[in-house]
Amino acid sequence: MEWIRNLMLPAQGSVFAGEVDNVYMGLFWLSAVLFLGITVAAIYFAWRFKYKPGRVTPHITHNNTLEIVWTVLPLLLCVGIFFWGLKGWMEYAVAPGEAMEIQVTARKWNWAFEYPDGSRDAGTLHVVVNKPVKMIMTSEDVIHDFFVPDMRVKHDIIPGRYTEVWFTPTVMGKHVVTCAEYCGKGHSDMRATVVVESQADFDNYIATGGTEWEDYKTHMADWGKIQWERKGCNSCHTLDGTRSKGPSWKGIWHKMEKMRDGSTVLVDEPYIKESENMPQAKIVDGFEPIMPTFQGLIKPHDFEGIVALIQSLQQ
Amino acid sequence: MEYQVMTMGAQTGSRPRPKKNYLNETHGFWSWAGTLDHKRIGIMYLVGTLSAFLLGGCFALLVRLTLMTPTHTFFGSKTPILTAEQYNRVFTLHGAIMVFLFIIPSVPAALGNFVLPLMLGAKDVAFPRLNLASFYLWVVGALMAVLSMVLGAVDTGWTFYTPYSTTTDGPVTLMTAAVFVLGFSSIFTGLNFIATTHKLRAPGMGWFDLPLFVWGIYSTAIIQVLATPVLGITLVLLMLERSFGIGIFDPRIGGDPVLFQHFFWFYSHPAVYIMILPGMAIISELVPTFSHKTIFGYRAIAYASVSLALVSFIVWGHHMFVAGQSQLATVIFSALTFLVAIPSGVKVFNWLGTMYQGNIVLDTPMLYAIAFLILFTIGGLTGIFLGTLSTDVHLTDTYFVVAHFHFVMMGGTVTAFLGGLHYWWPKMTGRMYSEKWGRTACVLYTIGFNMTFLTQFFLGSKGMPRRYYNYLDQFQPLHAFSTVGSWVLGLSLFMTLAYLLASLRKPMDAPDNPWGGTTLEWQCSSPPITHNFEEQPVVEREPYDYRPLKHA
Amino acid sequence: MSTSSVDLHEGHGHGEHADPHFQHHFTTMEQQFDTSKLGMWLFLATEILLFGGLFVGFGLMQARYPQEFVEAHEHLTRWQGALNTVVLLFSSWTMVMAVDAAKKNKRQTSARFLIVTIVCAFVFLVVKYFEYAHKFEEGWLPGKFYHGEGDAIPGSHGYATFFAFYFMMTGLHGIHIVAGIGLLSWILMRTKRGEFSSAYYTPVDLVGLYWHIVDMIWIYLFPLYYLIQ
Repeated sequence: MEWIRNLMLPAQGSVFAGEVDNVYMGLFWLSAVLFLGITVAAIYFAWRFKYKPGRVTPHITHNNTLEIVWTVLPLLLCVGIFFWGLKGWMEYAVAPGEAMEIQVTARKWNWAFEYPDGSRDAGTLHVVVNKPVKMIMTSEDVIHDFFVPDMRVKHDIIPGRYTEVWFTPTVMGKHVVTCAEYCGKGHSDMRATVVVESQADFDNYIATGGTEWEDYKTHMADWGKIQWERKGCNSCHTLDGTRSKGPSWKGIWHKMEKMRDGSTVLVDEPYIKESENMPQAKIVDGFEPIMPTFQGLIKPHDFEGIVALIQSLQQ
Repeated sequence: MEYQVMTMGAQTGSRPRPKKNYLNETHGFWSWAGTLDHKRIGIMYLVGTLSAFLLGGCFALLVRLTLMTPTHTFFGSKTPILTAEQYNRVFTLHGAIMVFLFIIPSVPAALGNFVLPLMLGAKDVAFPRLNLASFYLWVVGALMAVLSMVLGAVDTGWTFYTPYSTTTDGPVTLMTAAVFVLGFSSIFTGLNFIATTHKLRAPGMGWFDLPLFVWGIYSTAIIQVLATPVLGITLVLLMLERSFGIGIFDPRIGGDPVLFQHFFWFYSHPAVYIMILPGMAIISELVPTFSHKTIFGYRAIAYASVSLALVSFIVWGHHMFVAGQSQLATVIFSALTFLVAIPSGVKVFNWLGTMYQGNIVLDTPMLYAIAFLILFTIGGLTGIFLGTLSTDVHLTDTYFVVAHFHFVMMGGTVTAFLGGLHYWWPKMTGRMYSEKWGRTACVLYTIGFNMTFLTQFFLGSKGMPRRYYNYLDQFQPLHAFSTVGSWVLGLSLFMTLAYLLASLRKPMDAPDNPWGGTTLEWQCSSPPITHNFEEQPVVEREPYDYRPLKHA
Repeated sequence: MSTSSVDLHEGHGHGEHADPHFQHHFTTMEQQFDTSKLGMWLFLATEILLFGGLFVGFGLMQARYPQEFVEAHEHLTRWQGALNTVVLLFSSWTMVMAVDAAKKNKRQTSARFLIVTIVCAFVFLVVKYFEYAHKFEEGWLPGKFYHGEGDAIPGSHGYATFFAFYFMMTGLHGIHIVAGIGLLSWILMRTKRGEFSSAYYTPVDLVGLYWHIVDMIWIYLFPLYYLIQ
């Protein structure tokens, strides 16, 4: 019955996913049986007891035994289901002691991650396959939510507080993280990627920012485009000239850009670096000062890629 | 077609139609605007709430149209139908209008106002002037809401979660003030119905002689009176947080955003029972009448209604399993949520038990009742997925929840509302609508509804979050299918509006009791005279008694 | 249900239809009176729930900022709060006496007690005015307007939140007092016009109930704000 499960649920990416899917499928079959029972009964009765003039219906006001049975049995069923759900949930609620802790900061409309060694990244979360990892999360502004469908985990991220969620990934590859608490204009663009990899690849990533960029050495603009998506730049900056919450990157390289305070600035590498780290320092005319800082979140090769991308977007 | 009613004796068709009824006895704007007649007030509410339904429905169609393609364009156009900011406002308004302007008042204030005193054998509700005041409060609240739309509309979601709602631009204070006013409209309606049920029953009508519609409306009224004030104060706190920075919900000034959610859901969970109980109350009328058989398990249904009202107050935390409430609270709320499932199930079994060995007529109201049984069952069963802790973690805040609540609110309440509207149409207007069109629209409605919303369970379980403007390409086929479903659904409702309005052009020739109902409203003329009954009815038989009378 | 019909004029006294206050969807004056009372109690239940939300909010914020709440409440003048409590309690007694007099056809007595009740309400508001004025002077204002001096934990939001709740709850209560003055004045006018008697004194009774609830809410507010250690 795998295909029915696959119709309804995403790929299983964590240990917890297996538990959730078992309960989900169990409830699905139970619901299917009850639903069919009730629907078939309703339709059958409507047909079988169709109106005949003159027919007198029996005066059945109640049946204590039957009513008690169909109250108590569902109640017992519900108690059972409650405990089944509780069992799985308790696994979700308590992280194992050895879980690697990752600090997650959510803000409108992107993600920042910090690893135990202090290194940081935006938009991509690297974790080791088959090792538990725990997110310690807070928000800089409104309530967000960390949701990884493949892992079947989700928890709200609240400003002024820390909340936690954990999982043990079991399948290597990339999985989507998606914000699941409405947070305004960019809510549906607020995505991140969980990269599940071997310990060796993970260690390499932590040490050097990873080797993925090396595949793009000769065409760094393409690497830049990947960073544009992963780090969440795309939630405010387009590449095709369309105006969004921030200026489009098309055609800005080496342009003399007019700022809100009336000054003009050349769009070069130092300017882009400054915008990354201190976005409020210079605001392009016609836009609001809403860009969050990416200080410490963009590794050198990733920054190179972004500059290459902007350079490539000439008119 | 007039069915032979075994129990009515010589009543049916033998009384001459009164020349003056509540519709034509007085004329002119002020005879309606200043009326104290519960029937006229009910009609005004009907027009108002159905207008709100139309507006909210158009917003829904717009939402679905925007979600049809990932680029939000349509038929090769270049510009998106809505921008992200506009989309956020449209889905917020869809929710707020449907919840506060349509569903909560619909059955109680529109149908209930009309039918309740008739069912009790009374001349009016306990406080007719308060009834009119309730209606005017609804109108004021509606105007304030419309004004807020004109002034830029809110984009907070109908749930107004903080700190987004305390910091976003837009007429949030005006919109929440509108909801505050609408809340008092609801409170006064509930207060009126409780007093009416307690004090204005016909001689001989004890509590267990009441029609089950009354039990349902009464249970609803309890919730309206006890829960709505808490929403009122929550909204006041929200408004003051925005304007005075009191520091209760915004963490930057020392507040707790989760506290807002507790306050909000403390009302809003019981509120969903304000929405479903009246719907169930209608089904309890339709099923025995169209089965020509006594209701199975009268007392169980009556007790189930009241217990739903009471238990609804202790499960609000099931909206907050992943919101940051304590783990203990989470576990307790899940356990209590399973409790609240049982009375609803009992009612469904009792309705089926009524149909068993009945003598069933499949007129439009009964078709809606059967649709209710099927759709509400799906809605209720999917609630179990959400009340179960481990599955809720995955499913909450996704389209699964959106599908679940549309199944219970629309597949449940709106379906029942439509059934009740057709059932009492001849009583309210004195005309019969076209059965052929009625049945066609009902079938189309059921198909369109399932196309739209069944699809959304799969969207949700596959990981599509709610309130999303952009989505991953893999979700597009399901979104497109759901949108097409919304067109079928919309068409069926426009069809219904059309043939119901068309029926008003026919002469008033509906019989007093076209369906063979046993409750008191079928004892007066269709439409009723202003004072309802020529003579005070006295109750001498059990409710829903379809046993043939022994003629003397 | 089959029905038989009953002559509408059976079963109640002949006086009913003569009474100008009789509403015809009722069958007897007694039924009308009982129903009105039930309606008023239901309304008062909603009032309790309305204030209840604020009480709960206050309790939760107090748990969040225990030290600041204790310190802030020292700024409230106990004798003024106590005076207001005595004034309201007294006014509840005069209200009871007014209802009782109306029931016994003692129009003048009833009017006098109503007047005293209204005067008490005004005294309450005047005392409140002085309390509020002092707080405005000192900068003990709600929320973002707070600028009190000499706090033990400067910069903490607890003080602003305390005063936010103080003004919200006493303010909402004050609005109900003002509404009460309006209602009492209306009842006073109708009493003077001779509208009430032993046969019909419902509005006096109902306004009395309202007044008692307003008093009762103050009875909870006073210790909560002024006396908590």
